[in-house]
Amino acid sequence: MSPKTLYDKIWDAHVAHEADDGTCLLYIDRHLVHEVTSPQAFEGLRMAGRPVRAPEKTIAVPDHNVPTTPDRVNGIENPESRIQVEALDKNAKDFGIHYYPVNDVRQGIVHIVGPEQGWTLPGMTVVCGDSHTATHGAFGALAHGIGTSEVEHVLATQTLIQKKSKNMKVEITGKLQPGVTAKDITLAVIGETGTAGGTGYVIEYCGEAIRDLSMEGRMTVCNMAIEGGARAGLIAPDETTYEYVKGRPHAPKGAQWEAALNWWKTLYTDDDAHFDKVITLRGEDIAPVVTWGTSPEDVLPITATVPNPEDFEGGKVDAARRSIEYMGLEAGQKLSDVEIDTVFIGSCTNGRIEDLRAAAKILKGKKIKDGMRAMVVPGSGLVRAQAEEEGLADIFKEAGFEWRLAGCSMCLAMNPDQLQPGERCAATSNRNFEGRQGRGGRTHLLSPAMAAAAAITGRLTDVRELM
Amino acid sequence: MEKFDKVHGVAAPMPLINIDTDMIIPKVHLKTIKRSGLGVVLFDEMRFHEHGGENEDFVLNKPAYRNTEILVAGDNFGCGSSREHAPWAIKDFGIKVVISTSFADIFFNNCFKNGILPIVVEEEHHAILMDDAHKGENARMTVHLEDQQVTTSDGIVIEFDIDPHRKHCLLNGLDDIGLTMEKDHHIDKFENHASQARPWV
Repeated sequence: MSPKTLYDKIWDAHVAHEADDGTCLLYIDRHLVHEVTSPQAFEGLRMAGRPVRAPEKTIAVPDHNVPTTPDRVNGIENPESRIQVEALDKNAKDFGIHYYPVNDVRQGIVHIVGPEQGWTLPGMTVVCGDSHTATHGAFGALAHGIGTSEVEHVLATQTLIQKKSKNMKVEITGKLQPGVTAKDITLAVIGETGTAGGTGYVIEYCGEAIRDLSMEGRMTVCNMAIEGGARAGLIAPDETTYEYVKGRPHAPKGAQWEAALNWWKTLYTDDDAHFDKVITLRGEDIAPVVTWGTSPEDVLPITATVPNPEDFEGGKVDAARRSIEYMGLEAGQKLSDVEIDTVFIGSCTNGRIEDLRAAAKILKGKKIKDGMRAMVVPGSGLVRAQAEEEGLADIFKEAGFEWRLAGCSMCLAMNPDQLQPGERCAATSNRNFEGRQGRGGRTHLLSPAMAAAAAITGRLTDVRELM
Repeated sequence: MEKFDKVHGVAAPMPLINIDTDMIIPKVHLKTIKRSGLGVVLFDEMRFHEHGGENEDFVLNKPAYRNTEILVAGDNFGCGSSREHAPWAIKDFGIKVVISTSFADIFFNNCFKNGILPIVVEEEHHAILMDDAHKGENARMTVHLEDQQVTTSDGIVIEFDIDPHRKHCLLNGLDDIGLTMEKDHHIDKFENHASQARPWV
């Protein structure tokens, strides 16, 4: 038998039908659903009189436009947001799918809730009407975002019509330097490949620096595979994975656990398996990074200066010029001189307990800069509860951060958490597009520790100076 | 779904690279529970000033391009989120074809589900089509799906590739779900097998 990659193995285990032209029906093990990209899909089912084929494999949670202020227990004020969340309440009930309503302590960002509850397991196929579904690849699950028509297709048939992607290997060798995190790895990779570099590929991340990461860190890395254009990101499961999964509410138990473990241990890339593209970075070479522009590929070490658009080639010259103007920066300006108005810690990229610990470690006993707006939005109610138990919430509050309820919040600013025109934000989220965090808002992507450092000094800051 | 055959119409140039789905349709418009009516907010923040009023410099606001049916766009068009509101808005505006050197994966898939034809061309051909799009209203481009050809206003013919299954579905206006349900027995068979092999799933 020819050697296979991890992606090949998961793919092969899920093909329900293959047509002569290679078009496959890929069986889906877990379908995650949220309020924004699903109403039209459920409406489609109703109109066609179709049920959800596998409601027991379908999990819904509202996250994108729920408010994160404490008063949300009294209901959602914005009528459109309320209608979307109520539609999800009703659809979950009518179609009999698993549901974590807005005021359930287990509610949170769908990509944090899935793993936390043990829905996401190694070797699975996982989809969701959200591009950051790539997050679940951290478990060695083939996970990717889909559009609403495909959401309807999965609800109705539990399959997707797919053609296989190519294999890409991203290896991070060696050890990371102090102050460098999973977020810096994933941003550095996108800086290297560009946002279209992964188009047509599924990435497998490997190497010592990846192996050394916790599950939280691995989720951060895979989460942004989509920002590099890849269909999905994968990390082969290992002891770290099994340790995280074991005992979670929906993880297998007893004899089933043993059977699952036996299969999971076969989920690795065989020696000599073929990759169509290989990228290698040295862990030691990765610095704490920030983005300067309006594309996640606009990544530089914090010690660098804003680039000159003329130094780029092709369409990037105009794009960089537009970015720098939008961001209110000047070529040659030191990134560490850029002053920040707002700090946002949260999102499916960096809203897990380890992220909050990393930020709290920098903030302990310190205050945020006068006039700074700073908020922490935990990724789930359970992350929030744990952070309170560990005393992290007190550190944030004493430093001057707002301590919010769980949701996507200012990552995409569909709820009331938005930037004003010209407002500059250091954000632990995943996209720095024009208007992403509010029309005219300016976003610099960075790690939770770097965000905490920026909150203290009021400017983009090399976290290593505060360690 | 409507059958897709041939489009003969105005092509608009948008050379900017990495046009993301937040640009195509900002999140404030994702709160709808319908698919229709999003054309008026297509490219909202580029097309309209913050406090209302059209941005005259934006290509689709120029008199020549108000009835655009074909968009010739820069590399990596549609990157970002999975929101199908992006192709819904494009379709609702009246655009039926988007041509670029590359598309983001999810956006590309979403187009086919909505009767929009995304065409990938080589850089050299892209430059020819971009020049043609710059000529304005009188220079109409023709896209012929059956023949897999784009013809510029001055008769240059450029061929393009398309997945045969997707071409078939577009030409015949076929609904994916219906097609998949015809293979229901394969799905049943797979489920039976998988529930034995991986009962914990």
